[in-house]
Amino acid sequence: MEQKNWNLLDESLGLHINDDAKPWPLCGRFVLVEDCVDTSAAFVLHHILKRSFSSHPSSAVLFLAFSHPFSHYDRVLRKLGCNLTAQRDNGRFFFLPMLMFQCPGEGKPNHDGLASVFEQIERVITLLHQDKKSISIIIDDISFLEVAANGSSDDVLNLLHYCHTLTSEYGCALIALDHKDIYLNGDRTAVILEMEYRADILVKAEPLATGLAKDVHGQLMVLNKETQHQHGITAIKSYNFHFKIKENGIECFYPGTKIQ
Amino acid sequence: MATTRARISSFSRNVSTVTSQNPGLKHGPNGTMLISSGIPDLDKILGGGFPLGSLVMVMEDEEAPHHMLLLRNFMSQGLVQKQPLLYASAYRDPKRFLGTLPSPASSKGDKSSDLSHEKDIRIAWQYKKYFVDSQLNLNTNNGGQQDYCNDFDLRKPLDRHYFSGSNVDCVCFKDSPNLSALQDRCAEFLAKLSRNEGNISSAGRIAIQSLCSPQCKYSNDEWHMLSFIRSLKSMTQSSNAVVVVTFPPSLLSPSCSLRLQHMADTLLSVRAIPDEDKELAKLLTGYQDMIGLINIHKAARLNTQVPVILEATTFSIKLQKRRFLVLECLNQAPVDGSSGSSYGTSGGCSGSSKVGTLDF
Repeated sequence: MEQKNWNLLDESLGLHINDDAKPWPLCGRFVLVEDCVDTSAAFVLHHILKRSFSSHPSSAVLFLAFSHPFSHYDRVLRKLGCNLTAQRDNGRFFFLPMLMFQCPGEGKPNHDGLASVFEQIERVITLLHQDKKSISIIIDDISFLEVAANGSSDDVLNLLHYCHTLTSEYGCALIALDHKDIYLNGDRTAVILEMEYRADILVKAEPLATGLAKDVHGQLMVLNKETQHQHGITAIKSYNFHFKIKENGIECFYPGTKIQ
Repeated sequence: MATTRARISSFSRNVSTVTSQNPGLKHGPNGTMLISSGIPDLDKILGGGFPLGSLVMVMEDEEAPHHMLLLRNFMSQGLVQKQPLLYASAYRDPKRFLGTLPSPASSKGDKSSDLSHEKDIRIAWQYKKYFVDSQLNLNTNNGGQQDYCNDFDLRKPLDRHYFSGSNVDCVCFKDSPNLSALQDRCAEFLAKLSRNEGNISSAGRIAIQSLCSPQCKYSNDEWHMLSFIRSLKSMTQSSNAVVVVTFPPSLLSPSCSLRLQHMADTLLSVRAIPDEDKELAKLLTGYQDMIGLINIHKAARLNTQVPVILEATTFSIKLQKRRFLVLECLNQAPVDGSSGSSYGTSGGCSGSSKVGTLDF
């Protein structure tokens, strides 16, 4: 693989590890990205999306978009140097527009809606798996999925569980965005707690405690639960750093080390 | 602000170009089109206005109707530019509300000169350096964009002929058992404005007042309201319209309110200031003229991942001559005994960008 400029986010996610047996380092892992109203972490999804396309020619992405139309992602990723339209035509990018998706209301069996979503996902995954591709499933974002499911957190957790089983069955990567602050006041914490437990890598985006700044847009905390099965120990690596988002990428740096 | 936005990407368009075919629209950054909020200062703060296809949420102060000021100006601006408008509220007769909309100020020339004149007198000498830029901005703003954004005279009602036409639609959602009727009306309205390639003939505005007000029958069903907003947001994203929704966050559960805040492209909150707050009066200059505070929590970022970082997030709402709505940066009053030498501590309006209830 060619030499790239890895930044701290790549290192914390383990994307810089060059392993021929595993062309896409996130394979089989569940990455949960959490943010809050002040600091959006959508850029982490964009970054992973871009890296997955550039990691290996056999990688493919299935994108469940609940929050933005295709044109938004297309423009954002184009500025990052990645042409989604071309990738879609090449069969490497599958975009499922879920903006208008809404589960049937009360009285009717609720699972129909999300079950059909999972069927769509599974169909694409099995298709891609035949081509020996390393697949990522990206969900943007879980809170919209909950609203689409009329607030039924069980259904949402079921869907995520089934998606998670795909990661072991087909070696997919599952990357999901959620808003942490929604759950902080105590009610309905089941969704976030269960997801945090299941996640292999947890990425938390927070604003700086000192407020908004032009040079530092916020801080990321990455918890990478690396499983070391030979000793039965789970080592957790944690990374803390600041970031600045730009149109053509992100700058990551340790606090106080930014060179102007 | 306009300058910071332009600097984000070297490829973004010149922000201040008004399109020739439609005076109510102008090009924004990242291929968006902007319409005016009806308040020139708010446009300036947000970097030009509200981008088409965005959802603007205003968090109300439950004790004061300050959100109505924003909503009225937003609606009036659209009507003056003959843009289609859909207004929904829990009032029994929403059409009557249109009679309370403000009218555009007639003589713009002397108004702006009055305004700057008044400012010159009031500015304390140590704040002069901060005002040079904004003064210039204000002048160019008034000169070049008269058609794009008007000043509204809050004491003069809008002429009837503006809202008697067929492009105005009013919905009362007080007695409806759920929001599906309103959703259908919005869908019908937005279908006429669906975005297709090339030229934009007209931009629509939807104003929804106090969506979650407790007199509505569905107000206990938060998921129903959330899914309404979600579908409204996705419909808007593919149309040439801006939706402004006001909601009282204190009447909702915190998680529901936060979900709504996440859904918003542009998130504002308004707050009244108490009449007799001695501490605040001592702290801020021009306290007696203020009628409230506006907080900009989020500015829309369509088609980009870069957040918009504003110079300041809290502004005071003032009425100029009891007629014109203006937003100003908060100015910290000089502290007794340390006047003159406290430049570092009294940063004034330019350096403040902290998140908090009040920032200086």
